[in-house]
Order: sequence, then C-alpha cells, then structure tokens
Amino acid sequence: MNGLLEFISSNLQLIYILILAIFIGLELIKNVPTVLHTPLMSGANALSGVVIMGAILVMLNTDPDNYLGLALGFIAVVLGMINVVGGFAVTDRMLHMFKKKK
Amino acid sequence: MTLLLSIIYLIATITFVVGLKMLGHPATARKGNLIAGAGMILAIIGTIFLHDFEVPISVYLLLAAAILTGSLIGWFMAMKVKMTKMPELVSLFNGFGGASAMVIGLVEFMKNTQVDDTQKASASIVATIMAAITIGAITFTGSVVAWAKLDGSMKDIRLPKYNLMNNAMLLGLIAFSAYLVYSGSDNMVLVYILLLASLIYGFLFVIPIGGADMPVVISLLNSLTGISAAITGILYDNMVMLVGGILVGSAGLILTFAMCKAMNRSLGNVIFGAFGGDAVQSTGAAKTAGTVRKTTASDAAVLMNYASNVVIVPGYGLAVAQAQHVIHELEEMLTKKGVNVVYAIHPVAGRMPGHMNVLLAESNVSYDKLVEMDDINPRFPQTDVVFVVGANDVVNPAAHNDPSSPIYGMPILDVENARQIIINKRSMNPGYAGIENELFYNQKASMLFGDAKSAIQSLINELKNM
Repeated sequence: MNGLLEFISSNLQLIYILILAIFIGLELIKNVPTVLHTPLMSGANALSGVVIMGAILVMLNTDPDNYLGLALGFIAVVLGMINVVGGFAVTDRMLHMFKKKK
Repeated sequence: MTLLLSIIYLIATITFVVGLKMLGHPATARKGNLIAGAGMILAIIGTIFLHDFEVPISVYLLLAAAILTGSLIGWFMAMKVKMTKMPELVSLFNGFGGASAMVIGLVEFMKNTQVDDTQKASASIVATIMAAITIGAITFTGSVVAWAKLDGSMKDIRLPKYNLMNNAMLLGLIAFSAYLVYSGSDNMVLVYILLLASLIYGFLFVIPIGGADMPVVISLLNSLTGISAAITGILYDNMVMLVGGILVGSAGLILTFAMCKAMNRSLGNVIFGAFGGDAVQSTGAAKTAGTVRKTTASDAAVLMNYASNVVIVPGYGLAVAQAQHVIHELEEMLTKKGVNVVYAIHPVAGRMPGHMNVLLAESNVSYDKLVEMDDINPRFPQTDVVFVVGANDVVNPAAHNDPSSPIYGMPILDVENARQIIINKRSMNPGYAGIENELFYNQKASMLFGDAKSAIQSLINELKNM
C-alpha cells in the first residue's frame, strides 16, 4: 500500500496527463458517423504505432555487445514500423476513395 | 532529453489530437490522417537523432536497416491489399504493434537482470515492464486469431468450460505478474513462462468469439495496443508515447462500445456469450419449415425495371464476390430507366463498421445514395423492391420476434416491410453468425441464387434487353 502511495505522489504529473488524455480520447470519438468507423479504427491503429519510439530507444540504448538485445530491438523496430507506415498508408488509401466523388 | 526533442514531442502530441479529431469528420478525415502521420514521422526522426546516449555507428546502421525493412513491408502490404480485405489487414497491423510492445518489455527486463543491485529498476518500473509484456502478447496472438477468422482460415473453437478456463487463466496471469514484481525476481525463465502464458491467453481469448463479433474484438484489441504503447511510454518517461497510446486506448474503447450498441449487445455478452453455438441448433430446427421461392435473373430484372423505388442492401457477400463495381453499374442503369435507387447501409454490415461504405466508395457510388439504417427503415413500406446482396444477419427478422435467437434485440433493416424482396445468396447456408433466417421463407421473398458478381451481371444483361 505504501508503495502505491509513493508511486502516486512521485508520478502525480503523469497521472494528471493520463486522466486528461483518457477524457480527450473519449470526447474526440463521440458522434462519429458510421461511414468513418473503419477508417477511424485504421487511423487509430496507425497511431498506436507510437510504440515504435520505445523500440528505437531500446535499440539505441542497448550495449553493442548485447546481440540478443539488439536482435530483439531490431524485431521490435520492424514490427512497429510496419504498424506505423502500413497503418497510415492504408487509412489514406481508404479515405482517398471517399474523396473522389466530391 | 534535449529541449528540442521535448518540443518535437509536444508538437507530435498536438498533431495526434488534431488528427484524430479531423478523422471523425468526412470532409477533413484524409487531412487528419496525414497530419497525424506527419507528427509521427517528426517524432520518430527526433527520437533517432536527439538523445544523449553514446551510440556506435554499427547500431545506427542496424536501426536504419530495421526502419527501412519495416517501412517497406508496411507500405507494400497497405498498397497491395484489396479493399475487401481491409479489416483483416488492420487486425494484422494491430497485432504487430502489440508484438513490438511485447518485445520491448522483454528486452527491458533482460537489461534489468544484467545490472548491479544498486541500479535495479523500482517495483513500479518492473510492473510496467510486466504489463507491456502481457498486454502486448495478448494483443499479438489475439489479433492474429482475429485476422485468421476474418480471413476464413479459422473456425470458432469452443473448448469445454472455456469461459471459466479463460477467466481463471487471466487471474493467474495477473497473480503471476504481481508475484514477479514483488519478489524482484531476476529469473528470465519465469518471464518467458509469463510471455508464453500471455500468448496462449490471447489465443484462447479470441477463439471462442463468433466471426460476426470480430469487428468488436478488433476494436477492443486496438484499444489494448494503445494501452500497451502508453505503458511503454511510462517506462521511458516518454510523453508522446503516453498520450498517443492513451488516446488510442480510450478512443478505441468508445468505438468498441459504439459497435456493441449497433448490435444491441453488451461488451460482456460479446466476449463471454457464446454467439451461435447451441442456440443456433435449437432455433434452426424450428425455422426451416416452409418453402423457399427461387427466381431467375430475368424475372428479377422485370421486377426492378417496373419499380419506382428500389433499395439495395449490401452485405459481406458483395465484398467476397468483388461485386462493388457491377452493383454500381446496376444502380446506374436502373437510375437511367427512371427508378429511384438507394443503398441501405446497416452499421455492422460486412466485417467492420463502415465496411460497405468503403467498398462502395471504391466503385464511385455517390455519398447521398448511401442511406443509414434509421433513415431507411421508415421508407421500406414505400419501397417496391428490396435487393439483398450477400447480407444475412442484418436483415434477419429473428432479431425482432425470436427471443431465443442470439441476435434478438439487434436493430436490423426492416426489409420485410417492402413489397418485394429479392435475395441474392450463394446457397442456403446460414450467415456468418450461423443463424437461420426466416426472411428467406417470407411470402414476399424470392431467392436469386449464385455468386453476387455473376448474378448482378446477368441482371444487367437482362435489363439491357428491356
């Protein structure tokens, strides 16, 4: 219990950001027309690729002799990058088709 | 972290919020996606170059190779995919994101085992590492199973007492992670066991869920990937990861509930309720009484030709047959003959909400021809002909009048109020949810059997000769 309280007091700022971000996320998606559900899901999926930043930090921060660490970091970067690039590209392709008939 | 990097992260975070907001409006959606994408690229470049570790050139080269490989694979997959296969791809990409978080957690734990006791991470950091590993692993295998199910290469599997087993396993996972955190264990083997158990849980969690519920599951898994990204963000004290991940997490959750609402079911019911399964057999037997009326392309074409209002109800069958272009041709031809044609779009028609909109947009069907469920339902009594193409569960009257049906209570398109119903199906097999449809036995209904594309093509040929 003490550990938890300590965690809260030392990360208060983080917790504020966390809670506010949750509310922003909830508000942003309210009342979105059904037409956009698929592109929105796809776009949000691309955004979850922010995990790539962590993967890059893992690679940069790993000792060059730690081959296993580097190999795993490599895999993490590749997977994250597929998520980011593929996600944004496929969302754009989808939305491009919506736009044509204006 | 340098000041410049902090500013870059701040800008990226703002682009995420603005981009997501713009994605919610048809007119700005595409720009929103590009803005968020630009923010992401900026943040990635910043992360690579603006840091204060000593990084040897060999690691940089390796990193560049990894980024290039991932980008090329992602780009190639995104460009090659057919519009009908979109839901599968989103699911797969989502799984990769989860896997990335999982691997990051694994490396961080490994590093932590290799340092002196004085440099050990605090319990709260170890807890975040555990969360990244477990949630990442669950989303990874869960998404892959969802992909396989949408792809049709995997059927629903229900092990005996699967709900009890899955819940017990989830509790076990949480307890095991908690034990690892509190014991301050350095044992990699235990973490590998945790990883393996999480992977298995992700698999078991999705396999019993019926195919028709996959969109909800994908949305939920997408939300989980966001959360795992946010957790990794806490690990690195990285605000852009934290906020970006949480945005996806909460937005994904809202989207999940919106989809559940469209099917009039609770999230708990989707995850724990065996959709299909036993209920199907009991209702199925009662409903098969009655005869099905078959029709031919020429009869159907005559009906449509002399109608004044025709409503097309597209479903997944249209997507499978790649019939989005011929249906548009049919619509144009009927319009030219003075028939008023619109499409009735059920919110969960297809394999993903809005799936039909994407598909019909590909073949240049104009926006105002797509009518949403609540607007079209009052218009069915004035409709002369309803043409159901490859849709099944979204027009199943059992949702209104059979309390024992698993889809009871789901809002549907009330096509039985129309004067004539023509249903195109490949065979009499029940729909994706595995439920019999009494609509097919309706007096006003007639079946036009065949692959959607060839059936519509023959309709067009008949209409040309009239």
